[in-house]
Formats: sequence, C-alpha cells, structure tokens
Amino acid sequence: MAVPLVTVRDLGRSFDVSDPLVQRLITRAPRRSVRAVDGVSFEVQTGTTFAIVGESGCGKSTVTRLVAGLDTPSEGEVVLAARLGVRPRLQMVFQDPVGSLNPRWRVGRSIAEPMPAAMDAAARRARVAQLLETVGLATTDAVKFPHEFSGGQRQRIAIARALAAEADLLLLDEPTSALDVSVQAQVLNLLKDLQDSFGLTYLFISHNLAVVRFMADRLAIMYLGRIVEEGPAETLFDAPAHPYTRKLLETVPDVDNPRRERDAPAFDVPSPLNLPPGCSFCPRCPLVTDLCRRERPVLRDRANGTRVACHAVTG
Amino acid sequence: MSRSPSFLRRSLDSDLVWRLRQAPAAVLSACVLVVMVVCAVAAPLIAPHTPFDPGTLNLMDSRLPPAWVQGGSATYLLGTDEQGRDVLSTIFYGMRISLAVGVAAVLLSVVIGVTLGLIAGWFGGWVDTLIMRLGDVQLSFPTIMIAFFIDGIAKAVMPPDLNQATRFYVVILAIGVADWVQFARTVRAATMIEKNRDYAAAARLSRVPGIRILFTHVLPNTLGPVIILATLGLGVAILTEAILSFLGLGMPPTQPSLGALIRVGNDLLLSGEWWISMFPGLALVLLVLSVNIFGDWLRDALNPRLK
Repeated sequence: MAVPLVTVRDLGRSFDVSDPLVQRLITRAPRRSVRAVDGVSFEVQTGTTFAIVGESGCGKSTVTRLVAGLDTPSEGEVVLAARLGVRPRLQMVFQDPVGSLNPRWRVGRSIAEPMPAAMDAAARRARVAQLLETVGLATTDAVKFPHEFSGGQRQRIAIARALAAEADLLLLDEPTSALDVSVQAQVLNLLKDLQDSFGLTYLFISHNLAVVRFMADRLAIMYLGRIVEEGPAETLFDAPAHPYTRKLLETVPDVDNPRRERDAPAFDVPSPLNLPPGCSFCPRCPLVTDLCRRERPVLRDRANGTRVACHAVTG
Repeated sequence: MSRSPSFLRRSLDSDLVWRLRQAPAAVLSACVLVVMVVCAVAAPLIAPHTPFDPGTLNLMDSRLPPAWVQGGSATYLLGTDEQGRDVLSTIFYGMRISLAVGVAAVLLSVVIGVTLGLIAGWFGGWVDTLIMRLGDVQLSFPTIMIAFFIDGIAKAVMPPDLNQATRFYVVILAIGVADWVQFARTVRAATMIEKNRDYAAAARLSRVPGIRILFTHVLPNTLGPVIILATLGLGVAILTEAILSFLGLGMPPTQPSLGALIRVGNDLLLSGEWWISMFPGLALVLLVLSVNIFGDWLRDALNPRLK
C-alpha cells in the first residue's frame, strides 16, 4: 500500500483545568487535567476521506487542531508524508461560517491570503475569480464583504480560500453543521466534486452520521478521547461491532420504519475529569462485564479489516 | 463588473448616518461641536480681536461688561477682562488650546493603551499579568493625582524658562499617561478573542507571520470600541486639563486654555465682574457636554448588542 499522507501515532493531549494557584493553596486541591485525546492512532491515504465521528466533547476537534499544527500534542506524533520532497500543505474549513472570515476584509482578499507572496496583484485577482467560479460563486463577489453572504456562501468562500493554498489535505471541522439541510447537501456535493477533480485528501469531522455515510471512505468512532472502532466506512455501517457504534447508528432516524423499537438512550456519560478505570463506555454499555470495569480494552485488528476496542466483541 | 456606488453615496446610505438622523440630540451636539471646532481652529481668522498682542490692548477698555449690559460696548461683545482683552476672542483662543490638549492627550492614551493592550492580549502569561497589574495599580490613584505627579516631576527637573516653553507638552503627557488603562483593557480583551478566531487560525495555517496576523487581522477588529472610548475620553481629557489649569498647574497665563481663563476671572467674580469667568465656563460646559452626548450616541449606535 502507498505511504499514507497522514500518520497519527499514539496521539495524546491533556489540558490543565486546575483552579488558580491561590485557590489551590487555600483548598489544598491537587492539579487536575483532562485527557481530551488519548492514544489515538490512524492513517489517512492520499485522495480519500477519513471521517472522525463522536458526540460533543469526545476530542474530535482537538485531533483536527493537532493534525493542523494549531496545537502541540502532549504525547505521540503527527507525521505528514513528504511528496516530491515538499511537506504537504494543509488547510482547514471551520464549523462557524461567521468566524472563519475576517469581517473587515473583502472576501477576495481573504481568498488570496494563502497565495504565495511572490504572486502579483493581477495574477491573484485572476486566481481568486477562478476559485470563486470553482466553488459556484460569481467572480464579481470578490469585492463584497462577508456580511453580504449567507452561511452556505461563506462556507463556499472558506473552501475557496482553502483551495487557494493548493493544499493536499483539507481538514473539514464539521463544515456543514451550521447550515440548512438543503445547503448542506450543496456544500457536500461541492466537496465531493472537488475531491474528484483535484485528488484532495479530507480529514472530515462530524457528528452527523448521514453526512459521514455520504462522504467517508474510512471512519473512526471516538468516545471520550479514544478511538473505539475504526475501519472502512461501508463495513462499519453494515456491521458495527462496538456497542457504542451500534448505539450511534440506532439513533439515525429511519424513514421507512419510524416507529421501530429502540433502546432509550442512556445519557450517563462519565466526567472526563474522572474516568472509570476500565472501559470508559461501561456505564452505558448493555454488554458490560466485570472485566470491562477492571481493564481498559485496547484497539485490536479484526478479520474484516476493522479495529475495535471492546472485550465483548469476538472475532 | 458592476461599478460600486461612490464613497459619498455609500456614506450617506450607511447605517451610521441613518442612526444619526434618528437622534436629534446627537445631531444637535454634533452641530455644536462642529461650530466650536471651527471657531477654535480658525480663531486667528474669525476672532474679533487679537487678545494676546499687547500692542492692540487698551487698558482704558478693561473690565467692560458684555454689550447688552449698561456700560458695555458693541466692540467687545462679551466684555473684556482686567487687561482689556476681548472675552469672546480669548474664548476662541482658549478653546483652541483646550481642544488641542484634549485631542493630543487622548491620542497619546490611545497609542499607549492600544500598544500595551495588544502586547498583553497577544502574548499572555507573565507579560499580560505585568502590564495589567501595572494598570490596576495606576487605576487605584485618581487620574488627576497622576497628572499632578507628572506635572510636579516636570517642574522639578526642568529650569523655569524651559518649563514655560514646554508646558503644553507636559500637560498633554500628564493627561495622556494618566488615562491609558481603559484603552489597554478593552484592546486586551478584544485581542484575546480575535487571536483565537477561525480566520486567525486560517492565516496561521497559511504560514502568515504572527506579527502580520496581529496587525492585519487582530488590530483592525479591536478598534471599534477604542473609537467610542476615545470620543468619551476627549470630554474627560478637556475637563482634566481645565481642572489642572484652574489649579494653576496647567497652561500658563500667556497661553490660557478655558480652565486658565476661568481661573483668571474667578478672582474678579466676587467684585461683580462675572462675565470674565462665566463665559469661558459656559463654553467649557457646552464643549464637554456636546462631546459626551455625541460619544454616548456613538457608543449606542456602534454597539452590536443594541442593534
């Protein structure tokens, strides 16, 4: 197999959430830290979409920031494979279409920001116009300000800016979750088309399983900072092994059978400050055993090409 | 490509102008302010007399009451002071000094405050703590006391004749240094928000140098509140200068500001010559009031939460 574009090994990131020093001295409370990301490993192949799914606070955004280099890992490493001796360029498309563009800059200037400094003004303008067309906007839109656009249009502008760097890797941090469903579909189709025409690699973060099913080639499910199951997207959707993955897939509304029997979701998420010693999913797990409460399961390879971290799953 | 409307057209259509039309008090204060600024700036051209040219003064004309009071003369509309200077003209020249000191002092505070606020917000950590605690310490002294302090040091270290010549700058320095903390606090808070915005992160991913992100992304987005604070601060700065001058620590009698004029007239108030201090006082009230009303309106008009 080819060298993966992104290799993440044993990535960990802890945040210090201790009280201020003076208060700690008075109450004699110890320093406390949250392990937002713990022992995460995965590979992303060139030209594919790798999706990370999980509920809020599971650490998926932290993983993206670590891969982007916006944050430094406490443990482990992120390796970006050099292609033709050049470190691959990466760009990010953010969740919030309002905050991702400087409100005082005309969007043309924002789109041109990642372009090389040596490029002259005329070439920049031409490239901006070309990029605006690529993402389905008018070339005259370059002189407008961000507040003149809708959320979906702004997300298209953010995508144009990401393309301007001629990046190999796009980090998509919930790029559609702030958009209407109809606009979501447009943006997702745009992303798919761009991947096909430019051979882009996507690291896609989402909590929306329908979106992930549409986009992802490979999929990792995260729970409280760890990957609990990882594998080809189709296999995971067809035969989910980990009880958490199964529960997640159950929550997807079924149009054909809206009143089917479902387990009531248990909202008993342990505090990330105080994780149980064994499997962190065990308070919510229907298959829990004594072993689960004592010993943390490690991620292991399965016969069908997926990896799972669960004592109860066989094979 | 469609032609964008002219700058004038866009300015007249802007939200701010629309809001101005909704607020008669703000329009009035803006008009008063414009008239006073014009009078102050164009004082040498429009003042009826040249009060600080001893050659034109006539001691026979001293202490004349305003024109509409018995004994007044139409030559001196608002009367004269004890040296025969026309009160109206001294007010024009006094406003010139007051406004110049006020504007320069606020600009100095803005430069110091914005610079320190940006540094504190951008770097954080002990730099932030040092700068902001320094500001806290300074805020625990009254502004006027800081100004006294700087004024006193300047008097102590400089010979008297140099001291006279540099009075103007010392007063600006004293008021400007005394007032930077509010600007630093505002800019620091805004910087801490802006530097973590997604567009700043996108710039970092594009390898834009940090200093450039600071000046092109962060700084322009922190300046909105600074403009409002500066407008409101102008009123305070003019008043502080008037207080300093009234107490004899500000502008010298050879270059009187409104505060210095009130001080000169104050000695004669009890002997019945009320116009010498009353009219500069009214001018000061009108000036500070219109600056404050306008600043207040600006704060409301630019506050996104009130929109």
